[in-house]
Amino acid sequence: MEQQSEQLTFDFYTETPHISAESPDEIKLELGAFAGPLDLLLYLIKQEKANIFDIPIAKITDEYLKYIRLMKSLDISLAGDFIVMSATLIEIKSKMLLPREIFADAAGEIEDPRRELVDRLLEYEKFKAAAQMLYERSTVEQAVFPRGKIESDETNAETNATVFDILTVFQKILARHKEEVQMEIEREEVSLADMLKLMKQRIFTAKELNLLDFFAEIRTRRELVTAFIAILEIVRTESVKLTQDVTFGAITLKKV
Amino acid sequence: MDLENEEKKPREISEIVAIVEALIFVADEPITVKNLAEVLGEDREFVQSAVEHLRDEYDERDGGLQIRALAGGWQISTKTQYHEEVRAFLKTRPNAKLSLAALETLSVIAYKQPVTVPEILEIRGVQSASAIKTLLDKRLIVAKGRKETVGRPMMYGTSKDFLLQFGLKDLSELPSIEDFEDLLGQ
Repeated sequence: MEQQSEQLTFDFYTETPHISAESPDEIKLELGAFAGPLDLLLYLIKQEKANIFDIPIAKITDEYLKYIRLMKSLDISLAGDFIVMSATLIEIKSKMLLPREIFADAAGEIEDPRRELVDRLLEYEKFKAAAQMLYERSTVEQAVFPRGKIESDETNAETNATVFDILTVFQKILARHKEEVQMEIEREEVSLADMLKLMKQRIFTAKELNLLDFFAEIRTRRELVTAFIAILEIVRTESVKLTQDVTFGAITLKKV
Repeated sequence: MDLENEEKKPREISEIVAIVEALIFVADEPITVKNLAEVLGEDREFVQSAVEHLRDEYDERDGGLQIRALAGGWQISTKTQYHEEVRAFLKTRPNAKLSLAALETLSVIAYKQPVTVPEILEIRGVQSASAIKTLLDKRLIVAKGRKETVGRPMMYGTSKDFLLQFGLKDLSELPSIEDFEDLLGQ
């Protein structure tokens, strides 16, 4: 219910939720949803023209439950809080039926079972009235217009750009576009076999191969991977060894 | 801001009022007396009286504009009574109104801040999660840290935008919540 009422805009004067009784067994919901169980209760109390300090609890509970049933029959999902309130009302109603004396405290004071609910209603009604005040204030405030935003360098960085600036930028874009078109991408595929061959050649002519230097010659990522695999392969199959003099130092591939 | 370094010759109050008017006019948000005083290189009380003088001048002139205290600063704006014509010219319509649930939640937060969700539930008797989300989205409320109690719930309070949108100088301008009691029982 809360979820749905969020979608609605609300006018305090014309769109107050309203229930009109068609017959004793039937109630008709005119419009909208109540903001909560306390809102509904206040409405029912006012409808009955009842004194808030002496709520006819049986009557109000009946009306309240009637509303809850109506909402259910209309398949309108009710917030759990509405159900909690029905339980509270029924509890108060049953307490009212019992002899009051059993609720008397040590000092013999008899607490009215409705007392807590009345306090909550009074507290709630204050904030409901405050909400109306806020509504009125915002309506008034919407009729006031401050000066519009002034364009400053901060709000508009392009203020200083001239036609020539734009032209220069445009030319740069054109130039970049040209370069892009002329560029042809060739994919140099180096196979593992080729890489192995190349490495063997290097090792057997120079006796050793500094891997850092070797990797530095390679340009593409793909070739790097191939080279790495080739090294693993060459160490496994050929009589070469990997040596490293210091930790994190250069690694050399040597012919044994 | 070099005004302070210039050779100080006492400025006429009329000149201060004129500069204050110019600054209030260009400021995007309500400009504070502190800010005005910094730009002018004058002390705050002096600037404060200049602003009030300016406000009175506007009131006496009885024109289409007003200078008023808003959200901790001063703002120039059109008067409410000309809203129809202004709106017709700007071709704008009033913003979407807040729902009843959102307004109620906002009123609880405005008066009880900083306040937690369970405390709002206690007063409203209904869960306010979606209303709180709406208010946060509209920047009318802000999180104000956590309450050192069971579950450390988030506390909420109203924002500067709240003051702006509800035309409030500061929170003390809200009528006392006890004043609404008189409206009851009638």
